[in-house]
Amino acid sequence: MKAIEFNHVGKQYRLGLVSTGTFKNDLSRWWAMNVLGKEDPFLKIGDTNIRSTKGESEFVWALKDINFSVEQGDVVGIIGKNGAGKSTLLKLLSRVTAPTVGEINVCGRIASLLEVGTGFHPEMTGRENIYMNVNGAIMGMTKAEITRKLDEIVDFSGCERYIDTPVKRYSSGMKVRLGFAVAAYLEPEILVVDEVLAVGDAEFQKKAIGKMQDVSKGQGRTVLFVSHNMAAVRSLCQKGMVLRDGMTDFIGTADEAINHYLESSTPQAEEQKLMTDYITNCKSFLKINEIQINNTPYNSTSLAQGQEVLDVLIKGKTQEPMKCDIKLIIKKLDGTPMACFMEGRYKGHLYDILPGEFAISRHIRLPKYMADGVYTIDMFLCEPNRQHFFQAPNCQTIRIEGFYDQYAHPIKLSKEGFIGLKSV
Amino acid sequence: MKIRPHEKLWHIDLGEIWRYRDLIELFVRRNIVVQYKQTVLGPLWYLIQPVLTVIMNMVVFGNIAKMSTDGMPQALFYMAGNICWFYFSSCLNGSSNTFIANQNMFGKVYFPRLVVPIAVVISNLLRFVIQLGLFAALYLYFFVKDAPIAPNWTLLLTPLLVVMLAGLGLGFGILISSLTTKYRDFTILFTFIVQLWMYATPIVYPLSMVEKGTLRTLIMANPMTSIIEAFKYATLGQGYFSWLALGYSFLFMSVLLLFSVAIFNKVQRNFMDTV
Repeated sequence: MKAIEFNHVGKQYRLGLVSTGTFKNDLSRWWAMNVLGKEDPFLKIGDTNIRSTKGESEFVWALKDINFSVEQGDVVGIIGKNGAGKSTLLKLLSRVTAPTVGEINVCGRIASLLEVGTGFHPEMTGRENIYMNVNGAIMGMTKAEITRKLDEIVDFSGCERYIDTPVKRYSSGMKVRLGFAVAAYLEPEILVVDEVLAVGDAEFQKKAIGKMQDVSKGQGRTVLFVSHNMAAVRSLCQKGMVLRDGMTDFIGTADEAINHYLESSTPQAEEQKLMTDYITNCKSFLKINEIQINNTPYNSTSLAQGQEVLDVLIKGKTQEPMKCDIKLIIKKLDGTPMACFMEGRYKGHLYDILPGEFAISRHIRLPKYMADGVYTIDMFLCEPNRQHFFQAPNCQTIRIEGFYDQYAHPIKLSKEGFIGLKSV
Repeated sequence: MKIRPHEKLWHIDLGEIWRYRDLIELFVRRNIVVQYKQTVLGPLWYLIQPVLTVIMNMVVFGNIAKMSTDGMPQALFYMAGNICWFYFSSCLNGSSNTFIANQNMFGKVYFPRLVVPIAVVISNLLRFVIQLGLFAALYLYFFVKDAPIAPNWTLLLTPLLVVMLAGLGLGFGILISSLTTKYRDFTILFTFIVQLWMYATPIVYPLSMVEKGTLRTLIMANPMTSIIEAFKYATLGQGYFSWLALGYSFLFMSVLLLFSVAIFNKVQRNFMDTV
């Protein structure tokens, strides 16, 4: 059964300040629609919503032609860059604002948790707000029911000491805790959660994700979850949707969606840059002329099976002697470090570089069975435990094609891990 | 449930508002509690406000300007007009910033927005009743002292008068709140208008002071006039009581309410984008 269905939904916003120009537009819109009986003249215009570029029109489509449906019991993660339309989508769904065009069909009661604060009244105590919020967010829950749940809510939020203090004295984390506790215990058929967990501490985030899992798995409720925390999306959601500039970019399983999103937002999607452009914190006596990995100075490469070697070459000029080594950190796209190379530190293999031109290189062997995926590399020139001569974070993006089994089938391991282990 | 860009103008879901009656009750309680939070005197302010206003009226209009009170005790005369006006204007002011004052909450949860101004009207009713009690105490004092006051059967109409005050306050309030979400010019304009409006209503002067003519016609066109005069007539026995004038006010209120609820309903769907 479909819990949520979006049909050609769009939302138009006007940019800039409300001023006399707005008033003029309003008058002409009113004239065209009510007197001449035409369509809204401003619906036809409007740019797509690209945040970073300057647009032609003062009208933008924060969401444009959104079509998707969610089955009952699904947990859907919605991901995308800032301003991609994620929160607007949830706002339409929670009926905070109405769509400009299109239609949304919702089957079941919705409880929504949008942004921090979630509609608390600052002057009222936590306890009073629980009653208010429950009533506001959902119809038909009587006071008796709330009273029965009150202890659980307070307990889950972990704000017992503050429960009779006005909410204005709460820290932002406490507000989120209380807000989430209320929404989670409402027992709605559809739970809509915007990026709110980020404010809570690690303990609470874990608790909240666990609760959402219970809600979806145990009770068959539908959850829509917006987050920039890919690990949370991956562990919680089965399905994923990527929004980009107000349009749906990808719909699929959560893992596919996350990979799609991360890959499309890596630099390789943009123009090629030299690795030397990523250098920061370079010592003043040092000048790096060239960095190469596998004979290319640019910031992206790909590795096929059987090619698991990184040839790193650094050329430069120094005015002072250095004792140094190359250090690499290989990370997943979400920033989790996966592997490192720093033989200087654990084997004492250091270069002695005298003033003048120099060129150093390392041949680094990667594990033979590496999972497919896209990784980034941080590169350093350092004297182990003493100092960095330069840093080049995220200077290289490698696409590893993964390895094949004995029948030459590619093994997709992005879900299982990074390195395939062998028996001895 | 379907969520569409537009609903019909008259699509007002009264059943939905009824289902949210618990929320109305909570808002009423909130309004009352929040108003005097962090004050020492608390609800005592409900009584201090009218007392001070009446004293001011007695000094300025009664003693300096020497305006007539139709032979009524000044304190009673001013109090009668003022508590009615207080109720009307607090309903109007309280609901006129519905959208702006509650944008944080409205931006996060859905409930029928009309719940908020309805709660304002109900919570102000409590204040009105308390002030009415003060009026009654004062009334009793003058009654015992044999002041020339003559209560009569029209006193029974008081609940109707209160409903009309509430309806007018609510109607104008939500109309203003709908207009001010986008253009704040109206906020400034209406604050000013409400101030002047009080003087176009026979509160500090009796209607009998106004000679027949254009001015009187204008004051009679004010829907508040007949209500306040009727209340004075009912309690004090002096004033202008006319079924026709009351009927006019009632009709005015009904049309206003229908119109402004429709506008409010239209605005509430999208106000978050422009507020």
